[in-house]
Amino acid sequence: MTTGANQRTIGLAPGRVTSSDALAVEVTDLAKRYTKAPTDSLGGVSFQVLQGEVFGFLGPNGAGKSTTIGILTTRIVPTRGRAVVAGVDVVADPVGARRVLGVVPQQNNLDRSLSVRQNLLFHASYHGVPRAERVRRADALLDQFGLADRPDGRPDDFSGGQIQRMMIARALMHAPSVLFLDEPSTGLDPAARLFLWEKVAELKAAGTTVVITTHDMDEAATLSDRVAIIDHGTLLALDTPAALVQGMASERTLDCAVDPGPGADVTALVAVIDALPGVRETEQLDDPATGGWRLRILVEGEAAGFVAPVAQAVAASGGSLTDARLGEPNLEDVFIHMTGRALR
Amino acid sequence: MTVAVTDTGGPVGAVHRQGQWRTGLAILRRDLFVTGREFPVFLAQVILQPLFLLFVFGKVLTELGYARPGYELVLFPGLVALAAVLTGVQSTALPLVIEFSYSNEIEDRLLAPLPVGGVALEKVVFGAMRAFVAAVIMFPIGVWILGTIPWRATATPWVFLIIVLGSLLGSSMGLILGTYVPPHRINVTFALVLTPLIFTGCSQYAWPSLHNLRWFQVVCALNPMTYVSEALRGLMVPRVPHIPVGVCFAVATGYLVVLSVIGMIGFRRRALG
Repeated sequence: MTTGANQRTIGLAPGRVTSSDALAVEVTDLAKRYTKAPTDSLGGVSFQVLQGEVFGFLGPNGAGKSTTIGILTTRIVPTRGRAVVAGVDVVADPVGARRVLGVVPQQNNLDRSLSVRQNLLFHASYHGVPRAERVRRADALLDQFGLADRPDGRPDDFSGGQIQRMMIARALMHAPSVLFLDEPSTGLDPAARLFLWEKVAELKAAGTTVVITTHDMDEAATLSDRVAIIDHGTLLALDTPAALVQGMASERTLDCAVDPGPGADVTALVAVIDALPGVRETEQLDDPATGGWRLRILVEGEAAGFVAPVAQAVAASGGSLTDARLGEPNLEDVFIHMTGRALR
Repeated sequence: MTVAVTDTGGPVGAVHRQGQWRTGLAILRRDLFVTGREFPVFLAQVILQPLFLLFVFGKVLTELGYARPGYELVLFPGLVALAAVLTGVQSTALPLVIEFSYSNEIEDRLLAPLPVGGVALEKVVFGAMRAFVAAVIMFPIGVWILGTIPWRATATPWVFLIIVLGSLLGSSMGLILGTYVPPHRINVTFALVLTPLIFTGCSQYAWPSLHNLRWFQVVCALNPMTYVSEALRGLMVPRVPHIPVGVCFAVATGYLVVLSVIGMIGFRRRALG
């Protein structure tokens, strides 16, 4: 991991923010240490989210994503620092903040005693939306989210994807300025995930600011205008997905599958490959599906030229190379580069 | 309750407070809506236990001669108190445990524009409303089973007041149980808390009559329900020896303040990370 890359990408891209009223979220030195925890879960992060942008939080489980979202949505009190959502300080005025933000949580928290439609209507009534307006909004959102055919069903009778849609529709009932989506596509099938992505794009088009946490690289890259990479409670990088990947433009990747021979040692093999001229870094990826090893090798220049030397190194270790794929670096490589380990 | 959005044009703080009340009422309306839909189930839930206690102790035992005639006069006010306190505890504690752990349902309300304490207050008020209904319904049941119940028209406002107080007391105890007890312990806690609560609350006997059983009298004096039972007894059947009604009101109010503060602290701890 090179620190130079980190320093270059931390913070806003220069010149992007001109005045404070263009900010949807402003976080300054935000930290959280839970009672009895030996270390900070969030170690003083600062960032800004622009109005109307989709902002992705990328990091493994336990990185501090949910703690950050929890603080921004008034459910967790920070140990120090300042967080402002749509102009409202979430610590000083949590009630005011709840008026302007919407939350789609990781887990289903729909009101199981109410129908889908009633979930939407009651949520709006908690937020003081007048009766006629909430009925109009509920009908429109049920329609928009493909729930109009069973508005009177109970949440328990729906699939995970439909539950997810209900929770987004519910969060939109009070027309929040900033919508927080916490790991929205976890557990969704591919079709439901695509539907979700479409809806996020629509929200952005309608001018809603969306803050999304994910540990899915594709999701972060596809949806986000900018991505913050977070690990161990620290913000490692923040930029557009393209700029983050571009930081590694001179590098290519070589993904290898190795069938280890008897008594083979993966650490020794990685050391041998790392020693090859032009190899930047070799990372062993977890691959529980097969008995073999999966290695991602970051190289300088064209990756094709490294296949033969790597195959030789593998053969010398007593194993055999069963698959090799050449690739452009993606966000996952950026993450590995930043943190020294794979995300999944 | 209709929701009307009116911008009074007044200071922002006033508008905010008005909005918070509206939010609190909307949350209460949700709970009333759900309970109203299952009203017969709710009634069966709260009536059955006092009904059987009243029937067996007030009717069967006295008719068989095991209990002295007139015992039902001691028992009835106590069972009204029991219905109020017990229903209050259960109506608040159980939903809280479920909503905080298994269903997470409370999150949507914690994210409503209302202080966290407001959500807790709504829980206590709603639990007390259920408890109040359970206690009041004891009166027609009493008439039905016993033929007649002790009643003094002049005491009506005070009876009403102590039932409200008893309902709030029970509901505050429910807030404490529902927020401090971890979900996997709720069953054992209920068994350990509710049984002593039921039998040391002077609902089946008058407190002064325990003078020969001093240690038990002391134990009973610690139970907040005792003061609700004794106040009702003093108001409905003054000739039965009882703790002075004024003392009962004072102690019950004191308990309510202490228990609801403890409950609010527990609720905040659970609601905010």
